[in-house]
Amino acid sequence: MRRSVNQRFVAGIAAAVGLSLVLTACGSSTTSSPASPGTSTAGTRTAGSSSADSSSADSSSISSSSAGSSTGGSSSGGSSSAGSSAGESASAASNPVTASTAPAAPSVPMATSVGAGEGEVDIVAWAGYVEDGTNDPKQDWVHPFEDKTGCKVKSKVAGTSDEMLQLMKTGDYDLVSASGDSSLRMVYGSVVQPVNTDLVPNYKTIYPFLEKQRWNSVNDQMYGIPHGWGANLLMSNSAVVKTPPTSWGAVFDPNSPYQGKVTGYDSPIYIADAALYLMKTKPELGIKNPYALDDKQFAAAVALLTAQRPLIGEYWSDYTKLVQAFESGDLVLGTSWQVIANLITTDAKVKVTATVPTEGSTGWSDTWMVAAKAKHQNCAYRWLDWIVSPAVNAQVATWFGEAPAQSLACAQPDMTEQCKSFHAADAAYAKGIWFWTTPTKTCVDGRTDTTCADYTAWTQAWTTIKG
Amino acid sequence: MTITQAKPPAPPRPERSTLRHGISVGLARRAWLRLSGLLSLPLFWLVVAYLGALAAMFVTAFWTIDSFTSELDKTFTWENFRTLVGKPVYRTVAVRSLVVAAGVTLIDAVVAMPIALYMAKVAKPRTRALLVVLVMTPLWASYLVKAYAWRVMLSGDGPVTRLVGTVGEPLYGLGATTVVLAYLWLPYMIIPLFAGIDRIPNSMLEASADLGGRTWRTYRSVLLPLLAPALVAGSIFTFSLSLGDLYTAKIVGGTTQLFSNVIYDNLVTANNLPFAAAAGAFPVLVMVIYLAAVKRTGALENL
Repeated sequence: MRRSVNQRFVAGIAAAVGLSLVLTACGSSTTSSPASPGTSTAGTRTAGSSSADSSSADSSSISSSSAGSSTGGSSSGGSSSAGSSAGESASAASNPVTASTAPAAPSVPMATSVGAGEGEVDIVAWAGYVEDGTNDPKQDWVHPFEDKTGCKVKSKVAGTSDEMLQLMKTGDYDLVSASGDSSLRMVYGSVVQPVNTDLVPNYKTIYPFLEKQRWNSVNDQMYGIPHGWGANLLMSNSAVVKTPPTSWGAVFDPNSPYQGKVTGYDSPIYIADAALYLMKTKPELGIKNPYALDDKQFAAAVALLTAQRPLIGEYWSDYTKLVQAFESGDLVLGTSWQVIANLITTDAKVKVTATVPTEGSTGWSDTWMVAAKAKHQNCAYRWLDWIVSPAVNAQVATWFGEAPAQSLACAQPDMTEQCKSFHAADAAYAKGIWFWTTPTKTCVDGRTDTTCADYTAWTQAWTTIKG
Repeated sequence: MTITQAKPPAPPRPERSTLRHGISVGLARRAWLRLSGLLSLPLFWLVVAYLGALAAMFVTAFWTIDSFTSELDKTFTWENFRTLVGKPVYRTVAVRSLVVAAGVTLIDAVVAMPIALYMAKVAKPRTRALLVVLVMTPLWASYLVKAYAWRVMLSGDGPVTRLVGTVGEPLYGLGATTVVLAYLWLPYMIIPLFAGIDRIPNSMLEASADLGGRTWRTYRSVLLPLLAPALVAGSIFTFSLSLGDLYTAKIVGGTTQLFSNVIYDNLVTANNLPFAAAAGAFPVLVMVIYLAAVKRTGALENL
C-alpha cells in the first residue's frame, strides 16, 4: 500500500518534471531572449577583490568579471570566444568601396579631451577579450589596467553580434568590441559615438590598412579602434588530400573524392563563401560583393550550397568539434580558421594545410567602440588605449587566436610566430579577405536599382539548404 | 565546591508572545489566509514564470523584426506562421522530428520492458536496489559528456564503427541521432515501467497461469493493459525530450537538423525572436495534442 503511494508520487513528480521541461524548453525562447534588457545580468559576475585596496582613490573596489567565465575551463573559454566572434563577426566589405560614399551618420558628439577617470567602465565583449585571470591565471590584462587607471572593469560577454547590439541599446555599457556586422548598425542606430583618435596615443601605430575602413568609419571619421582580425581558410588533411587545393572549388566539386568528409561553416553567413566563389567563377552573375546578392545571385549561391550538401559530412560552428573531427579523420577538407589549424598542428595527430584560396576569402575584423551616452567616457578612452597597447594587444591576439591590429604588438617578445602565422602585417593578405558584413535589403555594394536578400532571408535559406 | 545555579530562564517577552499568538489565532480562524499564504509563492512561479513565458512567446510569434536594426516591429501579422506552413523545408524538418521522437519512444519502450520486468518481478531485493541505482546513475553524468562519448564511438575509427565494419566512415546521421537520444532518455522509460510493473500483484499473473495463460498470453492480456498508464508516462518523457533536443543532432547528427535546431538557429544566429517563437509553437502544439489524447484514454488519472 505504502509503496504504491510512493510510486504514484514518484511517477507524478517525474511527469511534472517532464512536462515542465517541455514547457521551459519552449518558454525559454522568450525568457532568455537577449531582446529584453533585463537579461543583461546573466554573464556578469563580480570577482577579484584582490585589488580592492588599490592605491588609486576612485577605485575603492574592483568588480571585474571575466570574459568567458560562463563557459568553464580556460580552453573552452578561448575556443568559444573564437567561435562566437568569427561566427557573428563581420564587417563591411574589405576591398573597400570607398567610405566617402557612405550615407551620413547621425550626429553624435565626439570627445575632445580625456579627463579624470570615473572609477568604473562597463564593457560588452567577445569571450576572451577581457580577461582578468579567472580562466587562466596568466591571462590577466584587467587588473593591471585597474591598478594603472583606477577604473574598475565590469564586463559582460556577448555570444553574438546581435546580442552585442541589444546590450549596447540598453545604455548600461560604455564600450563594445563590435564586429563588422554590428558596428555599422550601431553607428547608424546612434548607439556609439565617433572616436577622437588623437586621444588614443596607441592608435598611431595601428596597421594603416585597418584605418578608416568601411566597418569602422563613416566618411573618414573613425568610430572605433581596430582590435584584431582573421580570415576563414581552406583547410585540408595533407595525408589524405595529397595536393592541397588552391581553390574553393574543392569544396563545391560534385565529383569530389572526399564526399562525406567535407565540412562547411554552420551559419547563414557561409552563403557568402559560395557567393565569393561564384563571383570569381561565374562573372555572368555580376556579383560584386558576396554580401550584396540580388534575387538571381542569391538563388545561385543557395543552389551551389544545396548541391554541396551531399558532400558535407557535418557542418561546424563549435571550434573544438572541428579539431576533433579532423584529428579522427572524419573530415578532411573544408572551411576553417588559422587558430584551428594551429591547434591541430600542435596536437600533431594529423597534418593539415590551411590557405587562402585564389578566390580570396571571408573573415572577421573587430573594433572597440564607445557608447554614444557612455557614463564613464574617460575610463572608456583609457581602455581603448590600453587594449591596443603593444603588450596587451599581443596578449589578447595570442589568447584569442587572431592577427593583432597594433603593429608594435608584433615586436613583443615571442610574437614573431603569432604575427607570421596570422599574417598580421600583410596588407595584401588582408585585402584579399571579404570581412563579414550583415546583408541588408539595401545592397551593401551600392546598387540602388535592385534590392538584396537580407539576413532574415539568408537565415531561412540556410535552413532550407540543410534540409 | 560551589554550585552555581543557573539562572532561571527569563520569561518570554510578553508582547512578542502576544504577537505570535495573535498571528496564530488570526490564521486559525481564516482558512483562506492559510491557503493563500501556502500557495502564493508556487502559484506566482507557475503563473508568471511558466504561463507568463508561454504567453509572451505566443504574443511575440505574431511580430516581426527589422533585420538591420534588430528592432521588433510590434504589429500583428501571420507572416511567421505563413512562412512556417508555406515553406516545404519546415514541414520536412517537423515530420523528421516527429519520426525521431516516435522512434526513440519505441526503442526505449522495447528495451525498457524486459529490464523493468526483471527489476520488478525477478530480481531479489538487493539486486533490485542495485539495478535501480545503476539505471539512475547515468542521469548524474552530464548530458553533453554522454553525447560526446557517442560521438567518439561513432567516429570513423570508433569502436562502434569497427564493430559494424565500416572503418573510416563515421556513422553520424539521423540513425545515430535516434540511437543516442534513445540511450539518453532510457532511464525515463525504465523508471515508470518499473513502478508500474511493481504495482501489479503477483496474484494477477498467477491467476492468468491458472486459467491456462502462457507467457505471451499473460503478457499481452494481463500485463500490457495494466501497464498502459506507465507506458504512457514513460512515452511522455521520451517523446517530449526528443522533440525538444537540439544538441544531440548537432553532435552526432552529421548534417541532420531537427525542429529544435531550426528554433535555435533563428534565435541565436539570426536573432529573429518572433520567428523562433512561432516555430516554438509547433512542439508545444504537438505536446498539447498528445497530452489531450492521453487524457482521453484516462491514463493520466492512473499515473
